Amino acid sequence: MADLGKRNGYQGVAVAVPVTVPYTRYSTHGAHWFIGHALKALIDNSGIDKAEIDGLVVSSFSLAPDTAVGVTQHLGVSPRWLDHVPTGGASGVMGLRRAARAVQAGDAHIVACIAADTNHVDSFRQTLNSFSHFARDATYPYGAGGPNSMFAFITAHYMRQYGATREDFGRIAVSQRANALKNPNALMKKPLSMDEYIQAKAISDPIHLFDCVMPCAGADAFLVMSEAKARELGLPHALLHGAIERHNAYADDPVMVRGGWRMDRDELYAQAGVRPEQIDFVQTYDDYPVIVMMQFEDLGFCEKGEGPAFVRQHTLTHDGTFPNNTSGGQLSIGQAGAAGGYVGMVEAIRQLTGAAGPRSVAQAKLGLVAGFGMVTYDRCLCTGAVILGSSTDPRAHSHSLPPEGAHASFEAARQEA
Amino acid sequence: MSPPFPKPRPKNPQLRTPQLTLPPASRGRVALGLTAEAAEGRFALQVCEECGAVQYPPREACRVCLSHRLRWKAQAGGGVLLTSTTLNHSNDPYFRDRLPWRLGMVQLDVGPSVMAHLHGDVALPTQPGENVRVRVTTRLDRSGKAVMVALPEQETPHMSDDPLLREMGSDPRYRKVLVTDGKSAVGQALIKALIAAGAERIWAGQTEPWKAAPGLDELAKLPQVTLVPLDVGQERSVIELAGQIGGKVDILINNAEMHRTFGITGRRGVEVARAEMEVNYFGLLRLAQAFGPVLRARAADGPAHATAWVNLLSIFALANWPAQGTFSASKAAAYSLAQALRADMRGSGIHVLNVFPGPLDDEWNQPMPPPKLAPSALANAIVKALRDGVEDIYPGDIAQDWLTRWRDNPKVLERELSAGAM
Repeated sequence: MADLGKRNGYQGVAVAVPVTVPYTRYSTHGAHWFIGHALKALIDNSGIDKAEIDGLVVSSFSLAPDTAVGVTQHLGVSPRWLDHVPTGGASGVMGLRRAARAVQAGDAHIVACIAADTNHVDSFRQTLNSFSHFARDATYPYGAGGPNSMFAFITAHYMRQYGATREDFGRIAVSQRANALKNPNALMKKPLSMDEYIQAKAISDPIHLFDCVMPCAGADAFLVMSEAKARELGLPHALLHGAIERHNAYADDPVMVRGGWRMDRDELYAQAGVRPEQIDFVQTYDDYPVIVMMQFEDLGFCEKGEGPAFVRQHTLTHDGTFPNNTSGGQLSIGQAGAAGGYVGMVEAIRQLTGAAGPRSVAQAKLGLVAGFGMVTYDRCLCTGAVILGSSTDPRAHSHSLPPEGAHASFEAARQEA
Repeated sequence: MSPPFPKPRPKNPQLRTPQLTLPPASRGRVALGLTAEAAEGRFALQVCEECGAVQYPPREACRVCLSHRLRWKAQAGGGVLLTSTTLNHSNDPYFRDRLPWRLGMVQLDVGPSVMAHLHGDVALPTQPGENVRVRVTTRLDRSGKAVMVALPEQETPHMSDDPLLREMGSDPRYRKVLVTDGKSAVGQALIKALIAAGAERIWAGQTEPWKAAPGLDELAKLPQVTLVPLDVGQERSVIELAGQIGGKVDILINNAEMHRTFGITGRRGVEVARAEMEVNYFGLLRLAQAFGPVLRARAADGPAHATAWVNLLSIFALANWPAQGTFSASKAAAYSLAQALRADMRGSGIHVLNVFPGPLDDEWNQPMPPPKLAPSALANAIVKALRDGVEDIYPGDIAQDWLTRWRDNPKVLERELSAGAM
């Protein structure tokens, strides 16, 4: 019974075919347009017939009043497994977790995971006002700053508590910009110096311009299938080694100083059979640099409060000592709504399948992707993370061995049941 | 400390009059409970009747024990400022016009963390672990919805001159006020209270100017006071005055009333009742039609813009007091109309204050026993309500007593009143 609290493992699940529908600052198209483009790209890039895609998970804010099911008729697909994951920055991790289980259970063979949002000229303001009941009642009427003011609270509090400086956050933003210059899809095309970061105009003190993401339109997507299927189709793929999620963690902390990753990280690493220092790159969720720093701490790369020292000790570019957000992240690519929760996922798949071009992390075998989503009141509620591995990494094959302890395989669990 | 609010410079007529923008007004039904409490000047939060947990933001179920029995209960509002920010960018036109804007996150002593507008005199913590105590309360913003405001724990000089508080109230200072009846005891008390509050100009309406009104001549000698002919019972009189001064009035206080003290069988015919309606009900309607549009048009006109409309109603508007049956009915009609007026004005940023006093200590209530409300006490209560931006006040012991009984059980109160009780 001691194992009841443990998740079953994610053995045998592959992620493949990362696609990005190019981002634009504004678009006159609707969300369906971007979802359609993403699905077409998945099909074109994989050679899989549209009818063979029998699972679909969709994340989008601008799809309303439709949900994923409306997408099926709009795009003429008939999946036998469907999910709608409206959790913004956590949607990539959560979509993958759900799709992985569907594949393990045989509910679907090939699941298309798609996050897409459009951005009209007044979309952002309207999204903020109607984002949640709590936001409508208890935050939006206070300056209508959206998440900027809440993360200004969190950042100011963190700075005072742990002695972080704006330069520390600047290291994160500046490194990501360097990565973004090697990503043709990034909307930010100019280098960013520390001086420019510091001198940027104040938005909601201590949040300045380059601490904020730029809302835009676009889509990201990938396919989830069994490892065997990926091999059969000859698709370059990465393997899922572990995955966690947690919601409304540490609700009694008066101001957010830690995220739910912390509650589940031991199990994440245990599932994957690795330690944090073995991870070759991380794709943190970067709505604001302070959250990136918290992830370094809460995912176990350093202790709580050591985030500032950690970023001073490391170089964070793709060729640095601790590669973080190698595609530039949302801070430099742009945030296409829910696709912001997919940016790290598609980049991790690219890194692990040798498709990251000039921003490749040398010999990347293991990557960690974190998600963070949904500020309904004073903090983000959803946290999640996955560890992905290269399909050529010998560690990957250790997981096909008979399971023990926390790594009970799905089949073993089913037999027990 | 806040800098004192400077006397606004005369308006440059060549400049465009700024148009009104309002803060975000959307709230859920449950959250409107906060507004309902703030409208009467109370800071209240939902408290679970089963486990006692204090809730915020407003909820449908207790976040601890899941009970649905959540009641709004008044709170002291003490708390610690956890973190703060100064907004230099906003997505909303109202705040864009008013940047920079201070915001704070306060942990209340009773538990929840609340996001609040931050008064300019609240100092910031500089060290880890340093506690800055604040007092949180609610105010109605210019959309008429309750918002949290974090104030310094101790009163500071010129505290009410902070732009935040000025924005969330209708302080008469440097404003021009029309008091529709300057002759009555209440009217004269209002004029004195408004002068004491720093009103720049007061127009005092007088019906039948040829009839002497003891005391008014003295007041009329004050530089701030101008007597104007006004009979709210006459359409032409109201329209003429609106044509002369309508474009300058920042606060309109309609205290004109016809008060006779009969039960409905005390006198044959409907003439007196009709006269009460002419003044108390149709008078309000005439004023609303003549002054309402121009008041609304000036709701963003400079730092001392048009801001408020006050209706002198009566506690008898809630439940009829048979001893003054027709007067009560006319006030009930006026109350209903005042609700429509508030709805009409709210979208334009004009605050409607309804005043429900108990019996006044004046000539028409001469035979009634105390406690009766002194006109000066009523006038001071109105000025305070304007400053605090509350929406409904029930000044005096009798009004408070009736209100409590009416809220407890209107039918029981009706029976008590019909049995001749007060």
